[in-house]
Amino acid sequence: MPGAIYAEGLVKTFGDVKALDGVDLDVPEGTVLGLLGPNGAGKTTAVRCLTTLLTPDSGRAFVAGIDVLKHPNEVRRSIGLSGQFAAVDEYLTGRENLQMVGQLYEMRAKEAKARAGELLERFHLTDAADRPSKTYSGGMRRRLDLAAALVVSPPVMFMDEPTTGLDPRNRQGLWEVIQELVAGGTTLLLTTQYLEEADHLAHDICVVDHGRVIARGTADQLKAQTGGERVEVVVHERDHIATAREVLSGFGKGEAAVERHTRKLTVPVTGGAKLLAEVIRELDTRGIEIDDIGLRRPTLDDVFISLTGHMAEVREEEAEVEKEDAS
Amino acid sequence: MSAVTRTTPAPTPAGGIGKSVRDSLVIARRNLIRMSRIPEMILFGLIQPVMFVVLFTYVFGGSIQVGGSLSSQDYREFLMAGIFAQTVTFATAGAGAGIADDMHKGLIDRFRSLPMARGAVLTGRTVADLVQTALTLVVLALVALLIGWRAHENFGKILAGFGLLLLLGYAFSWIGALIGLSVRTPEAATSGGLIWLFPLTFISNAFVDSNNLPTFFRHIAEWNPFSTTVQACRELFGNLPPGFKTPDAWPMQHPVLASVLWSVVILVVFRTLAVRKYRSASA
Repeated sequence: MPGAIYAEGLVKTFGDVKALDGVDLDVPEGTVLGLLGPNGAGKTTAVRCLTTLLTPDSGRAFVAGIDVLKHPNEVRRSIGLSGQFAAVDEYLTGRENLQMVGQLYEMRAKEAKARAGELLERFHLTDAADRPSKTYSGGMRRRLDLAAALVVSPPVMFMDEPTTGLDPRNRQGLWEVIQELVAGGTTLLLTTQYLEEADHLAHDICVVDHGRVIARGTADQLKAQTGGERVEVVVHERDHIATAREVLSGFGKGEAAVERHTRKLTVPVTGGAKLLAEVIRELDTRGIEIDDIGLRRPTLDDVFISLTGHMAEVREEEAEVEKEDAS
Repeated sequence: MSAVTRTTPAPTPAGGIGKSVRDSLVIARRNLIRMSRIPEMILFGLIQPVMFVVLFTYVFGGSIQVGGSLSSQDYREFLMAGIFAQTVTFATAGAGAGIADDMHKGLIDRFRSLPMARGAVLTGRTVADLVQTALTLVVLALVALLIGWRAHENFGKILAGFGLLLLLGYAFSWIGALIGLSVRTPEAATSGGLIWLFPLTFISNAFVDSNNLPTFFRHIAEWNPFSTTVQACRELFGNLPPGFKTPDAWPMQHPVLASVLWSVVILVVFRTLAVRKYRSASA
């Protein structure tokens, strides 16, 4: 039985660029799939194909059990889409925006009005409800955009980089909303460049690069694939690096890696907290002063680098979004 | 979360005239609210035609001969239909810019992900523009009356003249919509939406007597859909100067019929193209 979102062999080409090069997805009902990848990996194209905005060159897709290519209008009744840029009319008030969307979903004016009030309250926008959304902050606009996607409580939601360009507090707030949604049974496909975000929100993760899924699994599975835990030490004096390295290599599974300018040493280990205590005692015995020490599990950043050989590129896009918000 | 009830939309069939009309009205309302919150746009839309009236009446007017008359009152009456027609066509650049802006901001994506009637986003926009154009025409007509323009026919004919103007404007706004969907930025839509309007409105009978044009341009001017509506309005307003010789070209001989035909053809062709473009539009 295919999931609430199901895709098989999606291909989409723009000129010479293969934006999607045979993507398969299967998201069980009530779960969250994180599509993780750098700019231009094909995440947005995948979302656009699944939400009927783009027709793939080949492949099949089903959303809420409905064939996306054959019955796009029925699919549109069952999905909510929240985009990368907050797609609300800036000259309309928050309330007017939500009412408009409700009416386009075939609600009666009265019903749309009631629903708008409900959503404004839920997203803490009641105070600003009757101001043009132009006056909203970036976080408020993003919440309004999300509210617009939830007008009919669709069983399947798509969020394309929902927190890109948001400050940490607003990001945290949006995460909570997303978690509530999923707790209520919504199936969600989420794209993100933030490894932390996928780790935090998604049950399953697909790592996408150059239009292909290059790895999939739970966050834990992906991390295990990259390697186990490591001990990380920052020594106080540069002169102590060599000795510390000797100590760490003695405890570790291999040679300790050194980052000279930050005086940071890292070594893969097995043995957990008990081993960490031994390392601390040994460093102390040798008279090495330390600024910081810890046992670290690999982050999705490490996973990404080991899979693609490069970091997730977020900086460029962030700068663009900030420019957009400022204008 | 607990306050939110799960509502599933009723499985009504897609399409249908009723749904089309409802969705178009929702979008038209949205655009009218927008316009009312950007009053400077309406103001600029008014200043330009008023400026043209002043320029042509007082600067060029004395030197332009229509139907053998150099009387400034004759020219003033002759000119006004041209200004009205130019106003409704220049307003179409707004539709294009608005739609390009919606694409740029991601609103078109939102609309396309909703179970909406296919042409509703564009119809709603063009209808809202039509309302704005009608308001502009009313104000412009008052300005025209103030400087001495008069219509000499009965009320029905005068209304019919304005009806033709609005029909032309509505048809042309679909060309604007197609341009808006085809360019990448709102700025490009504004300039792209205006460029073609200059030759269209100037190689015509709007400001001069087409009989005075060189042969090649005279033929273009006499078959120009824009000229047809101008000529029809002059007839319906009774604004043709004494001694004016109506050109032999068919559209000039039957301007009202020709104007309706042209507008309907433009409307059908460009509406079809624009709606098709909309379905595959992406920012």
